[in-house]
Amino acid sequence: MGLLDYFRSTRQPTASIAKERLQILVAHERSERNKPDYLPMLQKELLEVIRKYVNVDQDAISVTMEQDDKREILELNIILPDDSQRKKPKRA
Amino acid sequence: MARIIVVTSGKGGVGKTTTSAALAMGLALKGHRTAVIDFDVGLRNLDLIMGCERRVVYDFVNVINGEATLNQALIKDKRCDKLFILPASQTRDKESLTVEGVGKVLEDLSKDFEYIVCDSPAGIEKGATLAMYYADDAIVVTNPEVSSVRDSDRMLGILSSKSRRAELGDEPIKEYLLLTRYCPQRVKLGEMLSVEDVQDILSLHLLGVIPESKAVLTASNAGIPVILDDKSDAGQAFSDVVRRYLGEHVTHRFIELEKKGLFNRLFGG
Repeated sequence: MGLLDYFRSTRQPTASIAKERLQILVAHERSERNKPDYLPMLQKELLEVIRKYVNVDQDAISVTMEQDDKREILELNIILPDDSQRKKPKRA
Repeated sequence: MARIIVVTSGKGGVGKTTTSAALAMGLALKGHRTAVIDFDVGLRNLDLIMGCERRVVYDFVNVINGEATLNQALIKDKRCDKLFILPASQTRDKESLTVEGVGKVLEDLSKDFEYIVCDSPAGIEKGATLAMYYADDAIVVTNPEVSSVRDSDRMLGILSSKSRRAELGDEPIKEYLLLTRYCPQRVKLGEMLSVEDVQDILSLHLLGVIPESKAVLTASNAGIPVILDDKSDAGQAFSDVVRRYLGEHVTHRFIELEKKGLFNRLFGG
């Protein structure tokens, strides 16, 4: 560093900010990437089946895929409506 | 069987073509018959960097379409007789490339070359995905800069899911990091991501660091792969990269700031 630079460089180093931002972003993008691409379709079709029996909201269902060393876990979460709001399901 | 190497990055302007030219020349200088292919259909530039732009008659797409033979399209380098260049088409669009067509050309080249270097275009469209599809090794060229690092990570995702090796369930593509346009001085000031920072994020095997260097522009101005400028820092860094790729143990250079004299230390920028 030159003598002139020494007096000039009072700004906060930005490389550490860059690294932190990248670490968060890359971790997020990797978790998205590892999801199988059939998940949205699976979610849609499951919702259609469930709606034959129970009147649930569009966003009352969540499908997630998690992976650890030994296995993959497909987690299906459905929030059923309260008894009071529950309508009689339409049966074809 | 040839070893197929893709030079990729996602982001443009990080040094893929410079790297492809240097790597191919380096491998050929080591005595290996090497072909380097420009996959940037519509925007070819490898010919210019290699200094053979006036010798292009037929191109990659002509060969795929059966309008020319490989031997007609391959340009033999005037400096090294082990090196051949297959230029991209300048007039067609990237849709001219097909999985089968590219596969056939690579298969034919494999018969009499040891290494095939595929210079990928930027982006994640057809040219880029086909450049990596048949690869055995991938060199991910990255600048120490946020958008380049992010795009490199995206390419790693594509390499591990959309390549032939991934589809067949074969041993995955070997991935290497090549950090280019590196400024040790700015790293020391905390203005630039360091080699360690980039490795922490991408977790890749480091093939080498190419310093930001005037020699790169000088070399491309003249159509000489920068590796031939063996006096320059970038040229030497690329020579190290080639030796490391071939399995030699070579200590990394150009990562630390060079010692400066008193004059430079006081007044140097």
